[in-house]
Amino acid sequence: MTKLMTLSEAIQLHVHDGDLLYASGFTHLIPFAAAHEIIRQGIKDITLARATPDLIYDQLVAAGCARKLIFSYMGNPGVGSLRRLRAAIESGELEWEEYSHFSMISRLKAGASGLPFMPMKQTGAVDLEAQNPAFKRVMDPYTGEEVVVVPPLKPDVVVVHAQRADSTGNAHIWGILGEQRLAAFASRRVILTAEEIVDEEVIRSDPNRTLIPGLVVDAVCHVPYCTHPSYTQGYYDRDNELYLAWDQISKTQEGVQSYLEEWVYDLPDRAAYWEKLGPEVHRRLSAGTFLSQPVNYGDYSNQDNHDV
Amino acid sequence: MCENEYNQNELMVVNAARLLRDHDVVFVGVGIPNLACNLAMRTHAPNIQLIYEAGVIGSQPSRLPLSIGDPSLVSGASSVCSMYDVFSLYLQRGNVDVGFLGGAQIDRFGNINATVIGDYQHPKVRLPGSGGSMEIAAWVNRYFVITPHQKRRFPARVDFHTSIGFLTGGDARQRTGVRGGGPKAVVTNLGLLEPDQDGELVCQALHPGVTFDQVQENTGWPIRQADNCAITLPPNAEELRILREVLDPKCIYI
Repeated sequence: MTKLMTLSEAIQLHVHDGDLLYASGFTHLIPFAAAHEIIRQGIKDITLARATPDLIYDQLVAAGCARKLIFSYMGNPGVGSLRRLRAAIESGELEWEEYSHFSMISRLKAGASGLPFMPMKQTGAVDLEAQNPAFKRVMDPYTGEEVVVVPPLKPDVVVVHAQRADSTGNAHIWGILGEQRLAAFASRRVILTAEEIVDEEVIRSDPNRTLIPGLVVDAVCHVPYCTHPSYTQGYYDRDNELYLAWDQISKTQEGVQSYLEEWVYDLPDRAAYWEKLGPEVHRRLSAGTFLSQPVNYGDYSNQDNHDV
Repeated sequence: MCENEYNQNELMVVNAARLLRDHDVVFVGVGIPNLACNLAMRTHAPNIQLIYEAGVIGSQPSRLPLSIGDPSLVSGASSVCSMYDVFSLYLQRGNVDVGFLGGAQIDRFGNINATVIGDYQHPKVRLPGSGGSMEIAAWVNRYFVITPHQKRRFPARVDFHTSIGFLTGGDARQRTGVRGGGPKAVVTNLGLLEPDQDGELVCQALHPGVTFDQVQENTGWPIRQADNCAITLPPNAEELRILREVLDPKCIYI
């Protein structure tokens, strides 16, 4: 059964005030279009979880959508600070819960696997453990040594972007994989956005590349260029210029407000956003071509070997 | 264009590159550590294997990557894996020789703070936080820190232990049970600091033209000078050529 709907419909249906949201993607595939739709719909009191909050959560926090942040690296990658998040934390306006990358992703692993916790080797960096009571230590019953454990993270809703998907949500992803798969399996509801909606046959031609199965997907949205200024491998490049510009834009709340007016509130959807960026940006972000070699899965429909 | 003489970033990149050994498996981020690894690969250590934190192994980027997740790291790489896999199968399992770390503060015993200046709950300055550095510091066989040498960056004790060095010195690190060997060198624009037997950082080498007094003036504890304190060799013409012409022609990091 098709799960196709517009992104606006999917957000309306699946993202509610007070939800725990995980918009996934480690530098790659960050679903900015979904955040912009959440901002337009004025959803409030969200707990935002992401290993790297990136510009997407700087924008959601500046737009007043968030109550709390769960994270492991709060920087503008390759640039510096996430200024709105930093200001909100320093002023005490935003609650936060902090992890390291591996402890954060281990929480998703536990959530995605239906386990009560995930163990990890200890790191000796006890200051973070002391500040965040979600970290516990237990005894390894086999060796008697201490291991660090973290509880499952089970988002109410995850947004995950893929290069291509069929209408039921089976999705092919390639390039940096981040926490895409774990986030989708850990979540109660999953909104899948994709650059292309393809026939089921295309998915079935390469099942090893299906990292998100339709089984866990609730809504499928066709959203080309969903991830700009992040990127989608093989479709368009990362817009480093915007990441650099954000450092200036986000110096003041007013700067962000006027950015949001121009690029979010005054636009109906992602198609309008991409058109507004203009041909010069489209050309600059073009991905070029670097094809993989096809693989042969084999055709076993007519082989004597199977006739016993 | 780059300067004709070498600048302080070039000095740090070159000295960090020289610390790497052939066949090292290196967990690397972008920026100066990435330049150091790629310089070592093109000089004395052609068989270095690079693992990027984003889960990319054996990258052959066709341009200088500007973020840890740059798409150019993927095209032509030998393998890509998930974030959980890169931290567990590669790092936690003990398959990584070398890591590079940075931070706002590094203290007398090589502990690093990248989390907060002031009180954690009421931060004076909120920094980005650990990312992967908590795990890297604990689980790689040895790690290096590259940082400008300034007093505020070298306090006697860090405000927050984001990544552990030798904690309070002696066997304090060992007693935690972490697998890795800890910091082996701190590369600054003034020289090289290395831990002594007790885990305390001492001045092991000075860059050409630098005096030990300069190191002491820019360090927040009474630092010792090693008896055999050396003078580093200046960056040579070939190292500078590779850096300027091949690795970072637009001088983004150098």
